[in-house]
Amino acid sequence: MKKKLDQILKKYHKRNENIIFLLQEVQESFGYIPREAIDYFARKLQIAPSKFYGVATFYAQFRLTPMGKNNITVCCGTACHVRGAERIISGLRRELGLDGENDTTEDGEFTLEEVACLGTCSFAPVVLVNGDVRGRANADRLVKEIRKMKKK
Amino acid sequence: MENNVVIRVCMGPAGIAAGGRDVLERFREALASAGLDASVKEHCSSHQVGCLGLCARDVLVEVHTDGQKHTYQYVKPDMVERIVTEHIAGGKPVSEWLVDDSFDAFYEKQVKVVLSHCGVLDPEDIDDYIASGGYEAIGRILKKCLPEMVIDEIKASGLRGRGGAGFPTGLKWELAREAAGDRKYMICNADEGDPGAFMDRAVIEGNPHAVIEGMMIGAFSIGASKGYVYIRAEYPLAVERLKLAIAQARKKGLLGKAILGTKFSFDIEIKLGAGAFVCGEETALIASIEGERGMPRSKPPFPVNRGLWQCPTVINNVETLANIPYIMRKGASWFASYGTEKSRGTKVFALTGKIRNTGLIEVPMGITLREILYDIGGGTESGKEIKAVQTGGPSGGCIPASMFDLHVDYESLAKVGSIVGSGGMIVLDEDDCMVNMARYFIQFTQAESCGKCVPCRVGTKRVLEILDRITQGRGRPDDIAKLERLCKGIKSTSLCGLGQTAPNPVLSTLKYFREEYEAHIIDKKCPARVCKALLTYWILEETCTGCGACRRACPAEAISGEKKKPHRIDPEKCIRCGMCYEVCKFSSVERE
Amino acid sequence: MVQITIDGKKIDVPEGITILEAARRNGIYIPTLCFHPRLTYFGGCRLCIVEVKGFLRPVTACTTTVNKDMEVNTSTAELEELRKLILELILSDHPHDCMLCEKAGACTLQELAYTYGVDGFQFAGERRRYSKRDGNPFIERDLEKCILCGRCVKVCREIQGVEAIDFGYRGFKAKICTNFEEDLDCEFCGQCVQVCPTGALTGKLWARKGRQMSLREVETVCPYCGTGCNITVHVNRNEIAKVTAREDSWNEGWLCVKGRFGYRFANSPERLTVPLIRKVPRGEGAPEKVEDLFREATWEEALDLVASRLLEIKEAHGPDSIAGLSSARCTNEENYLFQKFIRAVVGTNNVDHCARL
Ligand SMILES: Cc1cc2nc3c(=O)[nH]c(=O)nc-3n(C[C@H](O)[C@H](O)[C@H](O)COP(=O)(O)O)c2cc1C
Ligand code: SF4
Ligand code: SF4
Ligand code: FES
Repeated sequence: MKKKLDQILKKYHKRNENIIFLLQEVQESFGYIPREAIDYFARKLQIAPSKFYGVATFYAQFRLTPMGKNNITVCCGTACHVRGAERIISGLRRELGLDGENDTTEDGEFTLEEVACLGTCSFAPVVLVNGDVRGRANADRLVKEIRKMKKK
Repeated sequence: MENNVVIRVCMGPAGIAAGGRDVLERFREALASAGLDASVKEHCSSHQVGCLGLCARDVLVEVHTDGQKHTYQYVKPDMVERIVTEHIAGGKPVSEWLVDDSFDAFYEKQVKVVLSHCGVLDPEDIDDYIASGGYEAIGRILKKCLPEMVIDEIKASGLRGRGGAGFPTGLKWELAREAAGDRKYMICNADEGDPGAFMDRAVIEGNPHAVIEGMMIGAFSIGASKGYVYIRAEYPLAVERLKLAIAQARKKGLLGKAILGTKFSFDIEIKLGAGAFVCGEETALIASIEGERGMPRSKPPFPVNRGLWQCPTVINNVETLANIPYIMRKGASWFASYGTEKSRGTKVFALTGKIRNTGLIEVPMGITLREILYDIGGGTESGKEIKAVQTGGPSGGCIPASMFDLHVDYESLAKVGSIVGSGGMIVLDEDDCMVNMARYFIQFTQAESCGKCVPCRVGTKRVLEILDRITQGRGRPDDIAKLERLCKGIKSTSLCGLGQTAPNPVLSTLKYFREEYEAHIIDKKCPARVCKALLTYWILEETCTGCGACRRACPAEAISGEKKKPHRIDPEKCIRCGMCYEVCKFSSVERE
Repeated sequence: MVQITIDGKKIDVPEGITILEAARRNGIYIPTLCFHPRLTYFGGCRLCIVEVKGFLRPVTACTTTVNKDMEVNTSTAELEELRKLILELILSDHPHDCMLCEKAGACTLQELAYTYGVDGFQFAGERRRYSKRDGNPFIERDLEKCILCGRCVKVCREIQGVEAIDFGYRGFKAKICTNFEEDLDCEFCGQCVQVCPTGALTGKLWARKGRQMSLREVETVCPYCGTGCNITVHVNRNEIAKVTAREDSWNEGWLCVKGRFGYRFANSPERLTVPLIRKVPRGEGAPEKVEDLFREATWEEALDLVASRLLEIKEAHGPDSIAGLSSARCTNEENYLFQKFIRAVVGTNNVDHCARL
């Protein structure tokens, strides 16, 4: 990990970048922001770690815990809302057994994310399953797809 | 005849979502295997164009043969082969796949300025843009104009900011030009966080060089040598194309030091947003570029005086900037000939919701809502009446059908409690619940509040709680009065534009659709049958075939019944999720 | 100087100051919560809103600078209604436990709630709940009471330069956080406690030792170092309940961990209150019990002993066999007297001071 972090730091210095950039790069490399990364950067750059934490918790893009193996992203943009995104979410949460604010299943298999508009409103509701677009999605079909993925 | 064949596949966001890439690939393959390659290579180009407009009919494919244009709609990869053999090779268009007349009506009332080259030029090729007259304006300006002359021209055009507030662009530039300081910045706001809006994305994906040229002209006018584009990371294609465009411009000496042999130096850096709607607000955007939490600060001082790193800074929206090269090329009076006295030019809207022709449209300011909804939008798909249109996204309001003769411009929309905003336009019909709509937008702004100031941080939360209980059938008689007091207070005391406009969806629906609120609160009914908790579900015995689809779909095991016999829903167990309603193929599930 | 009008009164004020400063200098009251005179402005509580002619909506007095001929109204029916709403909102997300709160009686929020007659039940709804208690030894952080004014964050950054805390999360979930929300682990200067306008930050040592109305305030100087910070010792039944510093003192209200939290020696049962004289001479090994080593004495007896021993040494070995080392905790006057004593009475220049580095 240290090697990767050093590489990121080098880019940071070269481009005269900021904290957000560091966190984006870390997330890109590790899929989330490990605590060690923050501590390491804070020490190297003499920037308070609390500041990193403040920035990391402010922006929705950053995760402080690892993602599930499969990633399902439901668009909650206006058009998708009008066409039933909420029903899809509640259907999927029920299927995955997610409660409270959890977005990742306990076995680390699935992460369910909600995002603001994906910009493909004419196919609302839109869901991304591991990055692949499912236009005009419905809960029923997705639940079936998830069950298939679970079996594998 | 192959010599002049051009095939354009819509590769806008919607086009790609509908499988545009596959179609494009298939065209390449089919053309190659049909032996059309030798001459095709040279003349037959399949541009990866930006959005063509009528996204709902994606994938759209234009086939140009010898000056003739045919447009295919709903193209799937397996249709490509027939188009190639019958049309391109055989010269006979496949008539049943072509678009119909209503497709042309879609374009008649539109005036394309910003979008004029989207879908026409290859966004990944700077020469295409240059050949269309691009970078001509900046070249002329650098050689012949003083910054003040450019500012005067923009002022004369009457261009106002397309990012939301509608601030006169020329005036903004003038203020920044006059502000003291030798370092100044030009920022393009491409954060486009409004849910339901995607025009800035389309402009960048379809014509990134226009935005770059606009930034250059702005930078020259205010005296900036450094620019930033703050763009959402959720728009990977736009980012990619912008990067490419910047690299190409640098290579041509259009960005960098001593541009076109003049003293003017300017370069652009891309900053990726990290997922915070509030960062579209100017001061929060600046904080974010500086690497901080995106919390707005009080204005004044305004960014034109103290912006990025305390230096004078102009922040303009993508669409605003994309207008600039065209104004400088064709003249202020040409631009000002469109629109109304106070709102000049055209505006791009993203038409979504219950409307036949969803997608991006560009119309002259001052057009009526009716023209947009019926002539361009083609009314609803279902034939149901349009009840209202929501403009301006979470900062805007709902405008009822009785006001559809309203002219779309900054002042008129503000007068009825909405805004032009960034240009989202969501069409709602009788199946949409206005209380739920208001709740949805407040939920959005509440989740996006930065938390700095009390009215927005706590106030929007309380508004959401009240709307929650209303839509769940627990509304109280004094809730409407409470909502009004809260909303007015949040509007006038919040620190930034997010809080100041967040109550608009609630206030406008309270104003025009008060009876829907009352129905929820007093009668405990949702007239549009949207609010789940206010619905009851039952199965019609006469039409139920007993297929069992609903029984299997019901997550609460509330449905029972023998095979091939009518099923029954146990109202006690029913959690009102609506799954049965969705899965029944015989429309036997009723709800109220 | 520019002339402005506040509440119909024409006043001359220096250019560049804020409306709030202009008003305060002229005895005009504007309620504030997040504003602190020694920290950069924030503008988050929105209580200081005023009406300025020509502006569509109210502006915050703490962030807006005065302009020539500005016309300001600090209190209209509408403004007061808006302030009331803001307070209702703050209190709707605040525990209603003033009867138990350490800060009661000295709490800006409580005072404003009282003045505006607000209870916070009007918009009752979800409250932030934090179950984890910060385990640090000095500072109680009851963040359910926090109003996110940001003063603690700014004092930690701008005055102390430590940055142990920062804003975390956003919106309704916003919270003042340490790195990964661990227990506070900093210098414990307690500057944040000093500036917090609510009961969110209090001293752990103060808990249940008495609230403001039952405390007697004694102005004194911190005994720890030569800086000599002015402190206010709050005494309850002859016991120190807490130490604070006044903002109008030369140290501007700032203290360090020793001055603010290191006062418990004063009432410690182990503290020496009478002189002790050694019973067993040096070099003969120490007995088990302290009582067997020392005996209590009067000041007279003790000073006599010191004087006679010094004299003996001086006579036997000369004055240069004696050296004096003084303390930074003594006042200037005490240090002056001490060197005078060593030079003039003992007769040597062997005198030094622990802070003369
Ligand atoms: C909460 C909030 C979000 C905003 N989001 C955007 C945005 O996504 N894109 C944009 O161009 N302007 C946005 N704005 C408006 C900008 O603050 C700013 O007014 C605009 O970029 C100025 O450019 P213009 O004068 O060209 O319109 C937003 C404003 C607020 C208050
Ligand atoms: S209005 Fe909302 S988003 Fe804007 S500063 Fe206040 S809390 Fe932050
Ligand atoms: S802990 Fe106190 S000083 Fe810090 S933000 Fe909260 S209320 Fe303000
Ligand atoms: S004191 Fe001005 S906003 Fe808080």
